[in-house]
Amino acid sequence: MTRPAPTPAPTRSRPRVGAVEAFLAVLLVAVLARGWLVAHTGSPRVQTWLTIFVSIVLQALPFVVLGTVVSAAIAVLVPPSFFARALPRRPAVAVPVAGVAGAVLPGCECGSVPIAGALVRRGVTPAAALAFLLSAPAINPVVLAATFVAFPGHLEMVWARLGASLLASVAMGWLWLRLGRAEWLRTPERPELAGLSRGAAFVAACRTDTAQAGGYLVIGALTAATLNVGVPPKLLHAVGGQPVLSVLVLACLAVVLSLCSEGDAFVAASLTQFSYTARLAFLVVGPMVDAKLFAMQAGTFGRRFAVRFAPATFVVATLSAVVVGAVAW
Amino acid sequence: MVRRHLHALVLALVGGTLLKLAVSGAYKQYVKVGLKPYLIAAGIVVLAVAAASLLARRGPDHDHAHGHGRFDVVWLLVLPMLTLLLIAPPALGSYSAARSGTALDAASSALGPLPPGDPVRLSVLDYASRAVFDDGRSLTGHQVTLSGFVLPGEHGWYLVRMVIRCCAADAQPIKVGLAGTLPDTLKANDWIAVTGRYLPGRTDKDPVNGEPIPYLTVVSAAPIPAPAVQYES
Repeated sequence: MTRPAPTPAPTRSRPRVGAVEAFLAVLLVAVLARGWLVAHTGSPRVQTWLTIFVSIVLQALPFVVLGTVVSAAIAVLVPPSFFARALPRRPAVAVPVAGVAGAVLPGCECGSVPIAGALVRRGVTPAAALAFLLSAPAINPVVLAATFVAFPGHLEMVWARLGASLLASVAMGWLWLRLGRAEWLRTPERPELAGLSRGAAFVAACRTDTAQAGGYLVIGALTAATLNVGVPPKLLHAVGGQPVLSVLVLACLAVVLSLCSEGDAFVAASLTQFSYTARLAFLVVGPMVDAKLFAMQAGTFGRRFAVRFAPATFVVATLSAVVVGAVAW
Repeated sequence: MVRRHLHALVLALVGGTLLKLAVSGAYKQYVKVGLKPYLIAAGIVVLAVAAASLLARRGPDHDHAHGHGRFDVVWLLVLPMLTLLLIAPPALGSYSAARSGTALDAASSALGPLPPGDPVRLSVLDYASRAVFDDGRSLTGHQVTLSGFVLPGEHGWYLVRMVIRCCAADAQPIKVGLAGTLPDTLKANDWIAVTGRYLPGRTDKDPVNGEPIPYLTVVSAAPIPAPAVQYES
């Protein structure tokens, strides 16, 4: 079959503008349009939105970079046999071990997503990698110390956070063992790493992970900033006194605000009109499910995974907080 | 090769932006001061990865495995970097402060004796904590100097500082009511330094969350430029 000569076929083989040229063109246009950009972002509402957007990105980037360097090291330097030996063979036992191992990664949640991805690629059973993904940002010493400082005289808040976060992450790991399907997980293989020297593979893994995790971080930060500016804080204070509703509202607020897990305890401490259990739910849900994390998890594990995993985690984390809260207070 | 080069260029933009903000100090409008070494370290790592990627002799290349025409999310990183470099949005001010309730928590400061000085320089957070949790006991008999931006309230001006723990996303205001004479050209978001005394017995209820806002009787007040570090923590 041939087409009439004058109309070029609208196919994929259409010559594409090189991405590098496009990048340089974007920079040039942005610099030239600077005056216009500044003039059109002058309202306090837009400025607040922009400030919160870039703040989330700036705050998270060092941790994303740390996470990608660790995950690249895992991908290149650690042989798969290491994890086979380090973790118990039975997945049901490997899950709590991986959950507790989350305590060793100091940092907030943005770094743990690429690391969990690297663990799955290195043959760690997904259930265990997911337990690590959920527990690491919530139970590491830095976060627990911040919680201790934020709630002086309430040491039980630290224990409750540790207990409820571990409970939720191990429960999610076991839940994945029972109900999870391998086809929901999409952890792209890394063909570009094959055949490279160790150093080149390390650089390539860092570059690909930072580019990808960073890109999804931006989606998450845009969402979180929009929700942050869009949801009036005044709404919250209407529901403070109602026990069931207040737990749900603070759990949702944690998703909306996408705070870094090292700072969320201070925000929780200031929500004084809410019960301790509700604030515990805020602290347990936040590091596991939020707008920013959802985007990053979708990027690393695929959207089919994220749309199932995030809501399930939300429910399990909220229930864990309620159970532990009932014991603690 | 195109994909590798694009990633390297975007990462170079990211690394360069991180270093520029860290060196110029502009990062203080967005994140806590203590993040500086992390920003520098991340900037160096990202720049090194970008440079190593650009300089690498091409190895076996599998770019086509990722499908042409699919949007590459790395493009999105350009948005916050250009926003930071070209627009540089300001630190949060009176707009955010008006939307959020004053966020005193007993945690925020250890209420020891006042630091030396006459007048005593205090953070707004420290002043408000002493006034509310200690009923101003440690403040009586002393002149204090506070600085912050102003926010119009029901009965006059509030002096406000935003408090951050990690970044501006968790910023919360601390408000102190100002009784007495203030410059009459004052408008929302202007920065002032005020010297005055604790005003016992008067508090406002924050219209947003009902928390108490203590007062300061102003002895003198003067406009100041916004400080380099606008947040308290």
